[in-house]
Amino acid sequence: MVPISHVIGLSALLFMIGVAGVATRRNLIVVLMSIELMLNAVNLAFLGFNRMWADVDAVHRYDGQVFVLMVITVAAAEVAVGLGIVISMFRNRDSVNLEDVSLLKW
Amino acid sequence: MTETQLLRWIVLLPLLAAVYHGVAIGVARRASDRRLVVAISCGAVIGTFVLACVALGKLVQIPRGPTRVLVDDVYTWIGAGVSSTRFSAELGFQVDPLSMTMLLIVSFVGSLIHVYSVGYMDDDHREDKGFQRFFCYMNLFMFSMLVLILADNVVLMFLGWEGVGLCSYLLIGFWYADRHNAYCGAKAFIVNRVGDFAFLIGIFLLFATLARAGTPVTAFRDIQAAFEGIRAATVAVPAWLPWGPAWPVVEVVALCFFIGACGKSAQLPLYVWLPDAMAGPTPVSALIHAATMVTAGVYMVCRLSFLFAAAPAASAVVAWTGGLTAVFAATIAIAQTDIKKVLAYSTVSQLGLMFLAAGCGGYGAAIFHLGTHAFFKALLFLAAGAVILAMHHEQDVRRMGGLRRRIKSTHLVFLIGVLAIIGAPGLSGFFSKDEILVWATRAPGGPWLYWIAVGTAGLTAFYMVRLYCLTFLGECRAPASVKEQIHEVGPWMLVPLFALAFFAVFSGYAGLPAVWGEELFGMDDSDSLGRFLAPVLAKVQGPQLEHSDEMRMAGTAVLVAGAGTLLAWLCYVRRPELPGRIAAAFAGAHRALLNKYWIDELYDALLVRPLVAFSDRVLFRLVDAGLVDGVLVNGTARSVRALASHGLKYAQSGLAQSYVFFMIAGAAALVGWLLR
Repeated sequence: MVPISHVIGLSALLFMIGVAGVATRRNLIVVLMSIELMLNAVNLAFLGFNRMWADVDAVHRYDGQVFVLMVITVAAAEVAVGLGIVISMFRNRDSVNLEDVSLLKW
Repeated sequence: MTETQLLRWIVLLPLLAAVYHGVAIGVARRASDRRLVVAISCGAVIGTFVLACVALGKLVQIPRGPTRVLVDDVYTWIGAGVSSTRFSAELGFQVDPLSMTMLLIVSFVGSLIHVYSVGYMDDDHREDKGFQRFFCYMNLFMFSMLVLILADNVVLMFLGWEGVGLCSYLLIGFWYADRHNAYCGAKAFIVNRVGDFAFLIGIFLLFATLARAGTPVTAFRDIQAAFEGIRAATVAVPAWLPWGPAWPVVEVVALCFFIGACGKSAQLPLYVWLPDAMAGPTPVSALIHAATMVTAGVYMVCRLSFLFAAAPAASAVVAWTGGLTAVFAATIAIAQTDIKKVLAYSTVSQLGLMFLAAGCGGYGAAIFHLGTHAFFKALLFLAAGAVILAMHHEQDVRRMGGLRRRIKSTHLVFLIGVLAIIGAPGLSGFFSKDEILVWATRAPGGPWLYWIAVGTAGLTAFYMVRLYCLTFLGECRAPASVKEQIHEVGPWMLVPLFALAFFAVFSGYAGLPAVWGEELFGMDDSDSLGRFLAPVLAKVQGPQLEHSDEMRMAGTAVLVAGAGTLLAWLCYVRRPELPGRIAAAFAGAHRALLNKYWIDELYDALLVRPLVAFSDRVLFRLVDAGLVDGVLVNGTARSVRALASHGLKYAQSGLAQSYVFFMIAGAAALVGWLLR
């Protein structure tokens, strides 16, 4: 059986890659992908902990998996909205570069 | 004790009517049809009276004694704390003989005055919704008064106490377009607040003492039951005060309650609002400022009679304040020329007599006089209202006179009211005033209070007969244009007048003192009101007088009243030039009476103006405009603006990824702090 520390380690690694992508990449589509990566890293952590607790606590046996389903649902909705914004931005600016949208400031 | 759900409906009926009127004029913004207003308002109050009679039927079926009580606990109104620090006030009502008596008086007189108001307010067209607004306030007043009377605990009583004060304010300033009326309403409200403050302190102190003794109760029954436990308790006061450094709690609480009663029942030194309260419509003066609300203080003292009976010093203060107020107000009434002002000072004076009796331990006598006074004073006010309508809103007796032939019915009932109040033998005022005089013989501080009461009776006779002569006898002094149009009022007003006149004559027989019952009618259980009330009032040993002594005292009172009557008749009918000559001979005294001893001016100079100046200069300009508005409100805004516009705003760069960077940095800092 894979020890929990490996699962969490992988999850943390994926999350940090996602964070780095969001913070550094200028392309909006890549930023969205990075956000997906972070969400899935969290899903992985949920599943890992779910497996760890499943044998101990019968009542809350499926809680982690339920959370994962919730996150997947929200992520799908978020992608739909995000891609809509990307398309709208491309129509207006002919670009999907984040630096081209910085009007809202002091 | 018998449970019944009847009592909540007694209280609710007028409230529902008031809410209906309030919704109609406040929310729907359209006055209802006048007939509907009358049907709902009068219906609710008359319904209350009917329910009160049903309650009386239930009450008398219970055998006499301390368990002769109807209770209706609706729910716990305020509840806090546990066990020995538990504070709880029920929304509960009780009817024992004392509140039954008050309930009958209030609902009966209230019903009659509601009917009378229909006639009185009918020709008032100063404002579209005025008619309904008037009845809205009147019903709200009935609700508050009934809560005050029926409350089974001191907290709920305070709710009613404040409610009647509010309605009094609203109704005094009913014609608020006239600034003076609004001023009088505010004056009544503020002066009452002084008394209410002491009342509140009394409640707090009483509860704190009871809780310390291990019995945290608020209901009157429970307080009475737990009373022995706090009898010896004391409050610490500075040692330099007389009788310091420890005062008995009982005395202090009784004094606080009495100061509250002074405010509501217009006793020295807080009586100044009542004469000004006459700015309201006349039915209001009759209902609130003569028959019911102003007697709330007397009712409260009797309700807490076990407390006052255990506090001899506070009782002495009650008796002396009452006696001095009685004679003080009676002297002012002599020189007043406004028909309603005379009656107002007379009310103050009669309330003083009630407190005199209560302070001497004659709680039953106080309630008896309260009842008869409610009838004859409401009658006098309503009759005065009929006179005022007949004279086209003229209130000055110097422009009246000779109305005897022009408005015969009003004249008849007014005469009955005058005879009742001056204590003409056989009428209600005679018996109740006699009771008070009997109790006054055991007044603290010797026979002074007795003679003060007798003197007040003489003064009462003088100013009431003077008022009657100036209004109804002699030549009519009204301008010709008014003179032609003097007319009798309609049946809506006359019927209540005659009903009240009936009770002004005969209500005295409800509490016929034993001496008269035995001597005149050969009854051996005549004082039915006194025996009805006896189980709820504190038992104080009354004066032991022979029947012949009591007869002699009654004779003295009648003689003094007769002398007053004769003097007034001499001055104002036989020799009309005499008052002017007397006034000229005692110019200083006359001016003092005319100006009401300059008490209003004194209060104005000592209290009102310094307070207004302090509020204006310090509280308003310095604290409110300077500190709160200037420093706190505008200062905060200014400093935030300065900070933001010179630095903070550059953080808002418009680059989404710089925000992401701040977010990540913040999250990292948080995680770092958690893992430190």
